[in-house]
Amino acid sequence: MTKRKLVLEDGTTFIGTAFGSNQNTQGEVICNTGMSGYQEMMTNPSYFGKIAVMTYPTIGAYGVNRDDFESIMPTLNGMIVKEACAEPSNFRSEETIAAYMEKYNIPGISGIDTRKLTRHIRKKGSMRARIADEAEDVSDKSFSSLQTDEEMIQTASIAKPYIVPGRGMRIVLIDLGMSQSILHELTERGCHITVVPYDYANEAIQAYKPDGILLSNGPGNPKEARQTIQAVQTLLGKYPIFGIGLGHQIMALAYGAKTKNLHMGNYGVNFPVKSMQTDRTWITTQSRSYYVDENSITGTGLEITHRSLNDHTIEGLSHIKDNAFAVQFHPQGAPGSNESNELFDQFIKNMESYAAQNGGHTHA
Amino acid sequence: MPKNEQLEKILVIGSGPIIIGQAAEFDYSGTQACHALKEEGYTVVLANSNPATIMTDHTVADKVYMEPLTVEFLSKIIRKERPDAVLPTLGGQTGLNLAVELDKAGILEELQVSLLGSSLEAIQKAEDREKFRTLMQEINEPVPPSDIVTNEEDAVAFIEEIGYPVIVRPAFTLGGTGGGMCDNEAELRHIVKNGLALSPVHQCLIEKSIAGFKELEYEVVRDKKDQAIVVCNMENVDPVGVHTGDAIVVAPSVTLSDREYHLLRSVSLKIIRALEIEGGCNVQLAINPDSFEYYIIEVNPRVSRSSALASKATGYPIAKIAAKIAVGLTLDEIKNPITQTTYACFEPALDYTVVKIPRFPFDKFTTGDRHLGTQMKATGEIMAIGRNFQEALLKGIRSMEIGDGDYYLPSLPEADQLDLINRMKHPDDERVFVIAELFRRGMTMEEVHAGTQIDYFFLRKMHHIIELEQDLEKQPFHQDILLQVKQYGFSDKQIARIWKSTEEEIYRFRMNESIKPVYKMVDTCAGTFESTANYFYSTYETENESEVTAKEKVLVLGSGPIRIGQGIEFDYATVHSVLAIKEMGYEAIIMNNNPETVSTDFTISDKLYFEPLALEDVMHVVDLEKPVGVIVQFGGQTAINLAAGLEKRGVNILGTGLEAIDRAEDRNKFEQLLEEQHLIRPQGKTVGDNNEVLAVAKEIGFPVLVRPSYVIGGSQMEIVYDEEELTNYLKKVPTINPDKPLLIDEYITGIEVDLDAISDGETTFVPGIMEHIERAGVHSGDSIAVYPPQRLSETVKEECLVATDKIAKALNVVGLINIQFIIHGEKVYVIEVNPRSSRTIPFLSKVTGVTMANIATKCILGETLQEKGYQTEILKEEENVYVKLPVFSFEKLRSVDTTLGPEMKSTGEAIGYDTTLEKALYKGLTASGLAIPFEGSVLFTVADKDKAETYHLAKRFDELGFQLYATEGTARYFAEKGLPITAVGKIGSGDQNVLSLIKQGKVQFVINTLTSGKQPRSDGFRIRREAVEHGIISLTNLDTVEAILNVIDSTTLRAQPMMDKGVFQS
Repeated sequence: MTKRKLVLEDGTTFIGTAFGSNQNTQGEVICNTGMSGYQEMMTNPSYFGKIAVMTYPTIGAYGVNRDDFESIMPTLNGMIVKEACAEPSNFRSEETIAAYMEKYNIPGISGIDTRKLTRHIRKKGSMRARIADEAEDVSDKSFSSLQTDEEMIQTASIAKPYIVPGRGMRIVLIDLGMSQSILHELTERGCHITVVPYDYANEAIQAYKPDGILLSNGPGNPKEARQTIQAVQTLLGKYPIFGIGLGHQIMALAYGAKTKNLHMGNYGVNFPVKSMQTDRTWITTQSRSYYVDENSITGTGLEITHRSLNDHTIEGLSHIKDNAFAVQFHPQGAPGSNESNELFDQFIKNMESYAAQNGGHTHA
Repeated sequence: MPKNEQLEKILVIGSGPIIIGQAAEFDYSGTQACHALKEEGYTVVLANSNPATIMTDHTVADKVYMEPLTVEFLSKIIRKERPDAVLPTLGGQTGLNLAVELDKAGILEELQVSLLGSSLEAIQKAEDREKFRTLMQEINEPVPPSDIVTNEEDAVAFIEEIGYPVIVRPAFTLGGTGGGMCDNEAELRHIVKNGLALSPVHQCLIEKSIAGFKELEYEVVRDKKDQAIVVCNMENVDPVGVHTGDAIVVAPSVTLSDREYHLLRSVSLKIIRALEIEGGCNVQLAINPDSFEYYIIEVNPRVSRSSALASKATGYPIAKIAAKIAVGLTLDEIKNPITQTTYACFEPALDYTVVKIPRFPFDKFTTGDRHLGTQMKATGEIMAIGRNFQEALLKGIRSMEIGDGDYYLPSLPEADQLDLINRMKHPDDERVFVIAELFRRGMTMEEVHAGTQIDYFFLRKMHHIIELEQDLEKQPFHQDILLQVKQYGFSDKQIARIWKSTEEEIYRFRMNESIKPVYKMVDTCAGTFESTANYFYSTYETENESEVTAKEKVLVLGSGPIRIGQGIEFDYATVHSVLAIKEMGYEAIIMNNNPETVSTDFTISDKLYFEPLALEDVMHVVDLEKPVGVIVQFGGQTAINLAAGLEKRGVNILGTGLEAIDRAEDRNKFEQLLEEQHLIRPQGKTVGDNNEVLAVAKEIGFPVLVRPSYVIGGSQMEIVYDEEELTNYLKKVPTINPDKPLLIDEYITGIEVDLDAISDGETTFVPGIMEHIERAGVHSGDSIAVYPPQRLSETVKEECLVATDKIAKALNVVGLINIQFIIHGEKVYVIEVNPRSSRTIPFLSKVTGVTMANIATKCILGETLQEKGYQTEILKEEENVYVKLPVFSFEKLRSVDTTLGPEMKSTGEAIGYDTTLEKALYKGLTASGLAIPFEGSVLFTVADKDKAETYHLAKRFDELGFQLYATEGTARYFAEKGLPITAVGKIGSGDQNVLSLIKQGKVQFVINTLTSGKQPRSDGFRIRREAVEHGIISLTNLDTVEAILNVIDSTTLRAQPMMDKGVFQS
């Protein structure tokens, strides 16, 4: 068993054992508190470029199956676990997590005190790290990410548009690094979906004459998604909009609000979010390192619809006049609960009422 | 949403005496609930008849009624107290049943008392089989399909719909007699035919079998805003087929993918929403290991054993939150008590694995049926936390106190392979050890999986432990492998076995190599939020989170899993000790491994180490915390057993020293002690050689009391009346040798007396003396105890005090001491001395108002009794009479003999108190679950030696209007003396025999005193079991009979003709 080391940006070093690929890697370390759902997490493009430390100690117990991917291939840069289960047990299991990671060239390190690491990051804040051979001298190595934020979105997005046909509402889905379950939710509601790249021109989008536009989740700093922000700005008020995750932040930025860094990101499936309208709380799935600054929404016309119960940061926004709304969390779940998936129904309703108001045509 | 301001006074219903299936977990949840309600400013009235609990302390509720939990008494309490609401959902099944009955009785409506937590409708929908099935149909959730059939053809037709395998259960046969699993039509026809014949109503229930499915539990909480969360899910290692209370359970689930996890999560939330429960609820589900097919097994609309486990497993206090929700608060406004910064509306993230292992009573009930099935048999459980499954499992195994804490039973290597395979396939309490043995013998995972259907995940982990044993064997005293196996939870004992060394040597080697555990916090959030939780577990990793303060500390050892002979009473004392230590200004640290108890509620102590109570684990805590000392006298035999090892390793045992324990437990030293103090005891001898036993017994003279030395709760103690019984007895006990001798004592029939005292070495204060109703020979834990004593003279009491004072001084007792005496005439014999907390501490503390464990702890920490105003005396007696009654769980334990003797059999206790002994007994008997019949019939079947005595009792029954039945010998004896009596045949004779009489419910009492001998198939045994299984009162002790007669007599108006005085004859 090959010894590997994990070196944090502040010099803290952990020694562990290699699993998955033996390559060296680097990226921002985020702590994921989900006790299941590693397969969905690894393939969720929101995790693009990250090194995920799993707080639950035994990872891989039910293997990797053919069904539960959130994109074609894993997007994160590395996995840190206490124990990578070498002998999974589940009727759908096709391979071990190590074999899967090896196939896609994702390095992992196991056998380290993941709780110590998590507490370290909680205290010191998010930081970058490198997984390398034990012998490697990393003192002169840069910890900067392998890609810029824009490159991340570019890679996590798609190159060309494609259609997922349906007979219902016609939606343009701007893919910023979409998890597949969003498509599931829309196809279950009969939607006709045109998935377009993050930098798709707004004219081209408008040419599809959509009933509504969905801004997907995705990785990286929203501020760097300049092309998308600009495109969205031209679409505001013209179409009902629904933003999720990164899409939420981009919509806020398009309205002129600002985003900020969280001290420690929220990655997991147990984040309580309270709706201001119903005064009820959902347990939500999240993968975010940024939040929309509350002070910055003054004068944008945005209203706060949801807040985090833990730190009260904004979790949902809406613009009534423009028929646009967005949530910071993932109503599609996967991993995690889909108890907030009624938001997709909300989106459908928004499009219907918008269409009704505009004589059956939503486009301007 | 704010709390309900309409309410002021709330009646909380407790769960009553501890029985199998309803144990200490309800003390934990009830105590939490009462605290939570008081915290919100409500006046709390508590009803619970279990005096051993913390919740019945006057500090927990504003008013405590330790009255029987029946509609009659609760109605009295409600009329007297006029509460605004009743909270029944924290008192187990008892609480729920009472809520339903109170409603039926109309008192809730009459006095405008509302019900908090779950509505009656919800309770009925969850509890009533048909209503539950209807609800599940309405919300479109599956339950295993079933139907009732009255002929074979209907059964076959039904199977065409649902397919094999199925379970057939004949209706109204006890314990499911005649039922079984069918895989094909031939089996089905055979079993249904038999079942229909056996069923008195000629019906069989046919249910689709889901045996082998994964069994899961979800603990869900919902508030009035319809916010609902899952606190924790748990997966049973034993698949469907073993009662979840008897299964090894892991939390969180491991073999479910996220999709399966959330499928079942959504179902659980849907159910709690459909039932509109405001509070906690437990949902049990089964899922096919090969598909997404699932079924709802059961729903409990209340907090439960599993919710107590989930609370300890996650740090999320379900009962406390449920109580706050019940009075109108909502999840999003209740603070998470662990982090203090976040809210209760979230789902805890665990960064460890929790394993629960049940504790069974078969070390006591050696003849009991050990097979596990749908009837729960465990009396308690332990929980262990680790950073991998193996670590948690092995820490759990050493917490069970079965064998010596190793994952190895010495009896198994000698066992026959076929026997082991059979035990693997038909689970019993030792299956986890049987699997280990089969792996050691080279059995494959596939074979074990085929035999057990236990998921491969768990089997591989068990197998991994055995592989590690083999690696370990190859590398003796190598530090790398040592560290590795410690990370997987190996105990020093297990390592010592493999390295053919001693625990002591392994520990020293390990300390030299600096292989020590660190402590990690249970914080509900996997380290992602700042937390000041004081709740820790050990593991072999790199960061220690348990910060050692500069304060002086005292470590208290708890009593581990609840078992017969060591129950919740010890947890009661432990909690009081912890509170006293805090009052004294020390930091109070507790170690315990029982998830059901109040002592492991992290709000009780300054620091909680949820750890095995094994020497190495205690030493690790001591090494880190460096307490001024360790208190062992409140944790029962568990803690006492650790004392010697701790002292040997230089740990300061606070209070009474080890020598005192040894002098009280070692028969020779004990004799010497009594001699020195001029105290008497029944004549007795210690015998270390089988060949000498008979001669010694004859010398003392039959009957004699025999038992092996060093036993808890009188296990394997018996009264033997002759040579033959002695020979039989010797066959059942382990071989006698000078290290493990047999104790033989003269058996004196007298009044047995129990006394608890506090001593500081100078002064010995006795809060009270308890007298037993049953003569000596019945274990003190199974006797009815009466306070104040009714039959003792002042001289005798004074002598008891003097003896106690002498013994306490001679033993240098600092803390508690319990002494048992036999009073014969005016003679005071000392039969047993326990220089530690005893079972009667909570009862006596409550009836006398002296918080004994608290005062004792303060003495241990240096205060004197004199400065607290106590002298060497017996506290002035109360005017009321208080009785403590044993409660048994015989219905749950088949093949266990119900006869009372020197070996303890009760699982819990109830209290009764009133102005007279009869009234107190009436209430106590009612509280213990006996509905005393005031008319009807009595069946006598007694041993020759008891006939004369029984005659007088029979006569009184006759005078009170009861009909008498007896077996032939007894009947003849009574008839000769002129009693009207019906003779019935022995077992197997004719139509009308003793068994048929019981089966037909023609008698209300069975009084049976046949010689025990422990041969389960004896006639007496069958009579006693049959009575238990038909819910008929079965009495095996004539003193108990007399006490009950007195109760009946005191409340019955007799029909009695006028005496013919013969004066006015015409």
